[in-house]
Amino acid sequence: MKKIIEKITIHSILIFVSLLSIFPFIWLISTSLKGNSENIFAYPPQIIPQDFTWANYSGVWDKVDFIGYFINSMIVAGGTVLLNLILSSMAGYPLARMEFKGKKITFFAILATIMIPFQAIMLPVYLITLKLHLVDTVNNFAGFIGLIMPFAVSAFGIFLMRQAFLGIPKEMEEAAIVDGCNVFQVFWRVLLPMVKPSLAVLAIFTFIGSWGEFLWPSIVLTKEAMYTLPVGVNNLQGMFSSNWRFIAAGSILSTIPILIFFLAMQRYFISGENEGAVKG
Amino acid sequence: MFKYYGKYAPYLFLLPAVVVLVIFFFIPFFQTFLLSFLDYSHNIYKPEFIGLENYINLFKNPIFYKVLWNTFIYLFVAVPILAIFPLFLAILINQKIKGVTLYKILIYLPVIVSIVVAAIAFKWLYADQGILNYLVTKLGMESIGWLTDPNYALYSVIIVTIWKGIGYYMIIYLAALMSVPKELYEACDIDGANFLTKHLTVTVPHIMPTIALVTTISAISAMKVFAEIYVMTKGGPLNSSKTIVYYIYERAFENLDLGFASAMAVVLLIIVMIFSLINILCFERNKYNI
Repeated sequence: MKKIIEKITIHSILIFVSLLSIFPFIWLISTSLKGNSENIFAYPPQIIPQDFTWANYSGVWDKVDFIGYFINSMIVAGGTVLLNLILSSMAGYPLARMEFKGKKITFFAILATIMIPFQAIMLPVYLITLKLHLVDTVNNFAGFIGLIMPFAVSAFGIFLMRQAFLGIPKEMEEAAIVDGCNVFQVFWRVLLPMVKPSLAVLAIFTFIGSWGEFLWPSIVLTKEAMYTLPVGVNNLQGMFSSNWRFIAAGSILSTIPILIFFLAMQRYFISGENEGAVKG
Repeated sequence: MFKYYGKYAPYLFLLPAVVVLVIFFFIPFFQTFLLSFLDYSHNIYKPEFIGLENYINLFKNPIFYKVLWNTFIYLFVAVPILAIFPLFLAILINQKIKGVTLYKILIYLPVIVSIVVAAIAFKWLYADQGILNYLVTKLGMESIGWLTDPNYALYSVIIVTIWKGIGYYMIIYLAALMSVPKELYEACDIDGANFLTKHLTVTVPHIMPTIALVTTISAISAMKVFAEIYVMTKGGPLNSSKTIVYYIYERAFENLDLGFASAMAVVLLIIVMIFSLINILCFERNKYNI
């Protein structure tokens, strides 16, 4: 009997917290599905739309280039992921496996970057990006490079890959060298395939971080055609000032891609094996 | 093992990452200090060297103290809640119950969703004629200007940050709970200890390092909040919800006062570096093998 009461209590608390976690979205969805004849400020509030319609979705879709924002976000997140995978694994390899002059200094210098918050150095980063002509006023390609480069590699990624390489038995390399591989072949053909799980973790968490990035694109972007999804969604507020039906529909639309990604990859996020991989 | 790589191979492998880190981390790091000694307010293209004047102005500026105070309120409110409540949830989820995966997915959902969408969703909850004020009036109170009343705006924004962080820290705690030996709980059950004593005497001491880790990482992220404020209040009303990063952004990119903003960035840098240093040296040594 005591056990049953305990279980009911636990489930009640967890159901309540789960509802709190998703309620803001439920309410946004509800508003986005309400037609013009329904008062969205009605008291008492109605969760189930009385004047159900998809019109807000088609309306906001016609006025806002969501496909464009989505493609921009894909280019930026995809480029950021690709560069992180390449640069982090390349840098992690010698730090894990080679002896060379200056190794200690390099190691601690990279570690030190963890302590530097982007928000504190964003002004000079912006000035440097301008100096290098990596902004959308030059051309779109330069704009994308400018969005990507400050996040092209992170100490977190380098250390993740270093740890992965440390876990591979040295015999693997020795066998490859006896077979006549050079150092690049050892890296590319022997070691990289063995750290695929870490590459996957790095890719997924870099993707999420890049996809949600808001501060940097809102600083550097000047053209609406270059907007990534978060910047575009924030812009809805200005476009539709108090049309909350449209703002709600647009916000929900913009969330669909990352929701699909999350549900497909959920075990990476909630298994707890990759704790601390994403900075909150 | 014999050395199979040439003299230059390690440097070649490190080069691309080091170039990026130098251009986008190390140079900007030192440049932040440099900029804080310059005055851009007269001519943005011809800054003058003014020594410590930006710092003097900063420490004479009442808004800076307001902003610093707001940032510390952010810390004092958000960090304890984010260190304790997710632990409580993780303990509940860690009991042998059904539906664990579904609970985890739902509670983690806010972490994954863009902060901009989250902030918009809460802005809508907080609307003057919104659903939260309906509940408030239903309870017999006057409706609240969640984002328009200087007494509440900061706390309304803090709620969004907390709401978005709970799932993230809960997963960190869940991983830590796996390491607590089951026998200890069994011993507690034999002694007839209740839920609270059981976890205060067994769980908490065992995962103390994780609690400390969550405290420092949530403190570091609380120092860096920006998007919530940008989307919901723009720091207002009357600077009541302005925090340090938002004020840096405002002074630099709206007032183009890069020197003043950089002096503030140096203050932010020092605070975050202290937190990070504690974090790395005390709790994350294993992660980096030092």
